[in-house]
Amino acid sequence: MELRLDAIAHSYGETEVLRDISLQIPDGRIVCIVGPSGCGKSTLLRLMGGLEQASTGRILQVGDTPEKCLNPLTYVFQDFALLPWRSVRGNISLVLEDHALPTSESNGIITDVLARTRLTDFADALPKQLSGGMKQRVAIARALAVNPAVMLLDEPLSALDSQTRELLMDDLVQLYTREPFTAVYVTHNLNEAVRLGHAIVVLSRRPGRIRDIVEIPEPLDSRHRGDPALEARQSHLWDLMREEAQAADEELVDV
Amino acid sequence: MSENTRDVAFRGAGFSPKRMRGIGAIVFVVLILLAEWGTQTGWISALTLPKPSDVLATFGELYNTGRLFDHLAPSLTRLIMGSLIGVSLGIAVGTMIGLFSLVRAGLVPLVAAIFPIPKIALLPLFVIWFGIGEGSKYALIALGTFTPTVVATYGAVDNVDRTLIRMGQSFGLSWASIVRKIVLPGAMPGILSGLRISLAIAIILLVAAEMLGAEYGIGAYILEAGSLYDLERLFAGVVILSLLGVIVSAGIGLLERRLLRWRT
Repeated sequence: MELRLDAIAHSYGETEVLRDISLQIPDGRIVCIVGPSGCGKSTLLRLMGGLEQASTGRILQVGDTPEKCLNPLTYVFQDFALLPWRSVRGNISLVLEDHALPTSESNGIITDVLARTRLTDFADALPKQLSGGMKQRVAIARALAVNPAVMLLDEPLSALDSQTRELLMDDLVQLYTREPFTAVYVTHNLNEAVRLGHAIVVLSRRPGRIRDIVEIPEPLDSRHRGDPALEARQSHLWDLMREEAQAADEELVDV
Repeated sequence: MSENTRDVAFRGAGFSPKRMRGIGAIVFVVLILLAEWGTQTGWISALTLPKPSDVLATFGELYNTGRLFDHLAPSLTRLIMGSLIGVSLGIAVGTMIGLFSLVRAGLVPLVAAIFPIPKIALLPLFVIWFGIGEGSKYALIALGTFTPTVVATYGAVDNVDRTLIRMGQSFGLSWASIVRKIVLPGAMPGILSGLRISLAIAIILLVAAEMLGAEYGIGAYILEAGSLYDLERLFAGVVILSLLGVIVSAGIGLLERRLLRWRT
């Protein structure tokens, strides 16, 4: 399934956050959205999944959802959003319970996503027992359980330390390589963007507009840390963003 | 080392409550022993405070004659029935206030108006409404536990992590599922700490209700002892109330440890 944004603009009261965003998220690709802080990239993601309503413009789902898709537009949140009173298994079954699946089928789904995220041994652990990286893997497993048409990742690695971030990036690349999915990945970390994005959308500072879209043709599994070609792309992106970031940083916050 | 060398002094102590067993019991024992010693030596006159050993003897007699249960059974029934009605209505109304802006706008001022009324003052009214029997006692305890439960519950619902609710919505969970699986468990810590206060109020009101028109019950027992200036019996009654308070509090503690195991 494809996601199409048509002239999206959004304001919170007097504050204009996004202006004239038209964008296509093609099927089976990961689109990263980067931009200086406060540029409205997380807002854009919330608009895409219907958690907020755009002031003007339309967001369209084009094409059929995959078979057995329970929730076409599925988020992975920066702060994991796991229910602390439910075990790993319980957190995943939470999103299946409303669909009245036969027990065997939902157990099958849970076993499958736990295996894919290498969490099988931790099925009965409570979130408080898990490290940040593990918590985010549970959140990713939960998202995979509903077999989404488009995954909406909101700074999924930003709450983690840099080592864990590397490990999880490898996990995401592996998941994608085994079974390609469509995703929008919001981040302020350019390294994540060049490692995980097929296309990188650079937003300007508030009000966010599309400054540039950078395509990276190399397949995800052949991109490696410290690869000079990637480094070059990253510094190109940084050049695009530098001024915007600086100007954004010097703005007074009046929200 | 040069002359001007000092250890870095540790200054990070305190401000971290720990669980300590037995200290509470020691405080009780020391106070009771002090009272016993004071009354035995005559340092405290018999009119000021009865001998703890005499109170214990009275209590033993109460137990042996079976009169203890004659008083305890109706009291416990009133306490349980009254607070069950009050707490369950309170949780229901508190959750509604937490979930619906209209209910909040309509009921929060009303609850604020009812909260500070001393419920004991309303007892005559309840007697007219519900009769001199059990009805008025249930009603008094129910009203007394209702308002603090409402306030605790809607505060707890307000404090449920909004990102968890957004998560539920983003996965297309039904409204009922979000309330049942996210809002209520998330509000449980606040509801339980509200329960602590509600049940202490329930015990106070139980005695007040039993002082008016009850033949049996701990309140009636204390009232009778008080009007005869029988301090041993008065204190035996008070001890029962204190024990009741300790048991209720321990029960909620147990409930908290069972239901809130997920908390860090």
